[in-house]
Formats: sequence, structure tokens, C-alpha cells
Amino acid sequence: MARVVVDVMLKPEILDPQGKAVQGALPRLGVEGVSDVRQGKRFELEVDGEVTEERLAQLHHIAETLLSNPVIEDFEVHVS
Amino acid sequence: MSRIGVLTFPGSLDDVDARRAVRFAGHEPVALWHRDHDLQGVDAVILPGGFSYGDYLRCGAISRFSPLMTEVVAGAEQGLPVLGICNGFQILCESHLLPGALVRNQRMRFVCRDQRLRIESADTPWTAAYGAGQEVVVPLKNGEGCYVATPETLDELEGEGRVVARYLEVNPNGSLRDIAGIRNARGNVVGLMPHPEHAVEPGFGPGTDGVGFFTLGAVVESLVG
Repeated sequence: MARVVVDVMLKPEILDPQGKAVQGALPRLGVEGVSDVRQGKRFELEVDGEVTEERLAQLHHIAETLLSNPVIEDFEVHVS
Repeated sequence: MSRIGVLTFPGSLDDVDARRAVRFAGHEPVALWHRDHDLQGVDAVILPGGFSYGDYLRCGAISRFSPLMTEVVAGAEQGLPVLGICNGFQILCESHLLPGALVRNQRMRFVCRDQRLRIESADTPWTAAYGAGQEVVVPLKNGEGCYVATPETLDELEGEGRVVARYLEVNPNGSLRDIAGIRNARGNVVGLMPHPEHAVEPGFGPGTDGVGFFTLGAVVESLVG
């Protein structure tokens, strides 16, 4: 069994109000000097058997069509 | 009288109101279920508001892969009139029937208000009952209604007259260029964030300005052929 991780982040040009809200909370906790916070999603896929090239291509397709929306998000696929 | 299908997903909320609005507008509503594979020969389809699949992953992202959406997408490409309201608009964007995306409201708050809109495009079966420039007031309620798209896409939408409705007085969610609704190039597919189905009966909601969205103008015959 292998674990494939897909990280999804909003594209830099898309406003991230959730990240902004988190950033706004930092000074209240006494943390200064954090100029930006972006919030994303992490998916962990447990895959049976070996992660072949074909399998990776399939998961890449899933990351692009289901796990992320390419209009607003970028994604990265990692095999760990 | 046309038969207008209203597609229910797990988590749809406004399907019953949409069917009621269809009845108020003089048409026959047909209840459609997301797991079926049959559009039942309807003349048009409404994707109603709500929180399909709990808004998990992204609003509309999972609904897009519902069995019946395959038929809706194929029908839309053939000219079938499709109206997506709120969550339905999100599903249309996720399905790539409409460009852009709807993201979290700029001020992070769920907004619920009676919203003034300007109908910018009457060249769709869903807005043919209105005059271009006409102002209407209908309820609006969303948490992720901020319309975003690239500047090129926005220019294209504006240039081709594909902005169907714009927010007036207040931009409730931060939508770029005050966009409340758009259409595809052909004009048969319309996505709208506010809820005209909640403004169809006197005494309930802000008025009856919403009925026009469900009367299906003469454009429908030319589109469906």
C-alpha cells in the first residue's frame, strides 16, 4: 500500500478570505510579522499495490477534475 | 405549457420552491432525481439551490458527477434550456457549462437579504420575460456566492453581453464586476446566485418579481426547435 498526497491551494490571484481571517487572529495571539496566510486542502489517498505510472496518471486526472477546480486552484501530487 | 424538470440532489433545499415557481408561471414541474439517467423528455431543467452533498470538497464539485448531470450537460450542449440557481449556479460552473467559479463571500459571512438586481440580458429563455435594464428585487442567500473569473473571461462575458444580472445598491458577496448571473454563448444556460423562486407569490418574500424567470420566453422554441 502506498500513500499519495494531493495538496490543493487557491491560485495566488484568488482572494482567500479564510486565510485573511486566520492572519487577522495572529496579532491577537501576540504573533507579529506574518504578512500573509493562505489556506489550502490536503488529501491523503491510500492506494492498493504499487503506484505505477499509469496509476499516477489516473490520480493526477482525479486531482485535476475532482479534488481541485483549475479555475481557482492549483494542485500538487506527491507519492510518499 | 412546457414541462420543466427540477433536479434534486442529496442536500438540495429549494427544489420544492422551484417546482412551485414553475407552477405559478403556468408550466408543469417535473421532479428529477440525481441518480436517474432519464430527463423524462422535459423541455427545460432547473438546478435548484441548497447544499448538495453538504457543500463538501467545493460547492457543486461532487454533484457535477451525478448520473443525471451527464444528461444535463449533453442536453445543454444541444440547446436544452438550463437554469442553475445558487448551488445550481455553482454546479454549472463546476461542470464547465459556465466559465468562472463561485468562492467564499469576501466578508466571510452568509448573507440573506432582499436584493435589487438589474437584468442585463433578456436574450435567454430564462430572462425573456424581462426587458434589458429592468430592475427586480428577489431574495439572496449564500455563503459562497462571490463570482470570480480571469480578467479575460470577464471581458469576454461583458463584450458578448453574457452578464445576465448585476447586483445594484449593494454587492453582497464581493462578486467581480457586481455579477449576479451569467449565461453561456448560446444563451440557453443561465446561472444566477439570487433566488427568484422565492419571489413568486404576493405576501411571501419581497414581491413577485421572480416569476419571469420561470415563464420561459418565446426564445425557448427557437432553442429547442
